[in-house]
Amino acid sequence: MEEILHMSALELGKSIREGKISVSEAAESCLEQIRRKEPDISAFLFVDEDGLKQRVKEVEEGIRQGRYTSPLAGVPVAVKDNICTRGMKTTCASRMLENFVPQYDAEAVKRLEEAGMIIVGKTNMDEFAMGSTSETSYFQTTKNPWNTKHVPGGSSGGSCAAVSAGEVWMALGSDTGGSIRQPASYCGVTGLKPTYGRVSRYGLIAYASSLDQIGPIGGNVKDCAAFYDVIAGKDEKDASSSPVPVETAVWKEKEDLTGVRIGIPREYLGEGTDPQVKQAIEKAAALMEEHGAFVEWFSLKMTEYVIPAYYIIACAEASSNLERFDGVKYGYRSADVQELHEMYKKSRQEGFGEEVKRRILLGSFVLSSGYYDAYYLKALKTKALIKHELDMAFQKYDCILAPASPSAAPELGTSLKDPLKMYLSDIDTVAVNLAGLPAICLPCGMDSQGLPIGMQLIGDCFQEKKILETAAVYEKLRGSFPVSWKEEM
Amino acid sequence: MSRKIDDATMDNVEILAKLALSDEERERAREEMEKILSYVEKINELDTDRTEPLVHILESGNVFREDEVTNGSGKEESLANAPRKKDGQYMVPKTV
Repeated sequence: MEEILHMSALELGKSIREGKISVSEAAESCLEQIRRKEPDISAFLFVDEDGLKQRVKEVEEGIRQGRYTSPLAGVPVAVKDNICTRGMKTTCASRMLENFVPQYDAEAVKRLEEAGMIIVGKTNMDEFAMGSTSETSYFQTTKNPWNTKHVPGGSSGGSCAAVSAGEVWMALGSDTGGSIRQPASYCGVTGLKPTYGRVSRYGLIAYASSLDQIGPIGGNVKDCAAFYDVIAGKDEKDASSSPVPVETAVWKEKEDLTGVRIGIPREYLGEGTDPQVKQAIEKAAALMEEHGAFVEWFSLKMTEYVIPAYYIIACAEASSNLERFDGVKYGYRSADVQELHEMYKKSRQEGFGEEVKRRILLGSFVLSSGYYDAYYLKALKTKALIKHELDMAFQKYDCILAPASPSAAPELGTSLKDPLKMYLSDIDTVAVNLAGLPAICLPCGMDSQGLPIGMQLIGDCFQEKKILETAAVYEKLRGSFPVSWKEEM
Repeated sequence: MSRKIDDATMDNVEILAKLALSDEERERAREEMEKILSYVEKINELDTDRTEPLVHILESGNVFREDEVTNGSGKEESLANAPRKKDGQYMVPKTV
């Protein structure tokens, strides 16, 4: 079993295709690891043991008959619980959707199933993806597999912790302000936030529609690239999905980074960044420079305005998107109400958690008459200026190298007390969402507590191939990264 | 620079947000909002007189398609999620 769990997703897929490992063996070893790790980690909200048996049979047959030919056919995956799965509860980790069973699959889910991948279950997250620690979940607290006293990050904390704990090879997450990259960094795994519009948002329960993107999380760069290939592309059901052809992520392997121009924004490593994070990034930069890359520090202006612009825009969109939860057609309804408006208000009051309500209130305020221009419109103009600075940077560089968070994972129970402070920790990730850029996060070091440190490689719009190639070379140069779990036998 | 959220504004925000906050929650929310707002007001330092607001990152314009049902009615499954239903319809409290 241990051997299977230590394989990459692509290695597992290959062994399955070659008949060396059966799909049921893969699924069983996955379930065994879940039984072993879940009591400590609590990454999953739901494990679909019953559905799995049926699906394993179906995929085994499909591979034999040549229906499933993807390199990832037969590989078990987990799905973040804000991505709709037909017939399987999708709660957004909220009391509001505690019993919600979607009647359709998200497009990304449909595509991974058509590739013959197997959904093991749904993962915990911050409620409605609002939070940076996964602690705003209504149901449970997920722990960091490296040290269970620490958070896994968020909002895709369950997906990243599940991959980190070896419970599953790959997972789907979503990233609105860093929700794939920051937990990937905290959990020592690899996560890709694709260009806005690259992966269909159909069936992703909306937080901030102009920023949300679904992306893959895995144990290494190539696994993420292969998973990205499965889910990316135009979808008629998401009007914002892009018709730009997907550049296949299958590339010619490079040995070094000759010709690659990398810029490091000084503002991302200044005051407030843990010196150990700075050191890890500098070490990664030196390694890449040694192997042919042109590396340069530069000043990325507007960095101090990214958090204000992000929170105004994200909360505004959230307040509008979450208006639909009114207790009428689905979701939580307050028990004892006599009148319609009272039902709306009480259902929302009781169904949403504190952080979600805070963002709805803030969003309602910035969109309200008299404040709209000063906050929302001003934030959209600020976004234009931020985008402009990044456009200029990409005239000079192929990739921007930056940390994914100013520190490694904080301790459980320390972040929610001061919401503003928690928002400020998103400084390294939100500009990417505001500008719609693709970015990959992969591990580049450890801090003195033995917690992973991640680095981001950010590319210009639709340059996924470029950042994946660069990240793959770096990963090879870095060597294998330790795993958080050992076979406890 | 901080703009105090007065009672009338807070009332209006609660109506827009469709939330029934308790007094204690309301005060805490107001305090936190004021704190967050005075931080995000940092963007007022920027001169944006000649900047157009950026809504869509990708310029695609409107996307049209025929309004055709392609996924069936799904009536049963939809109603299965309803908190209350009767005779194939959603049930809500008295509205008038």
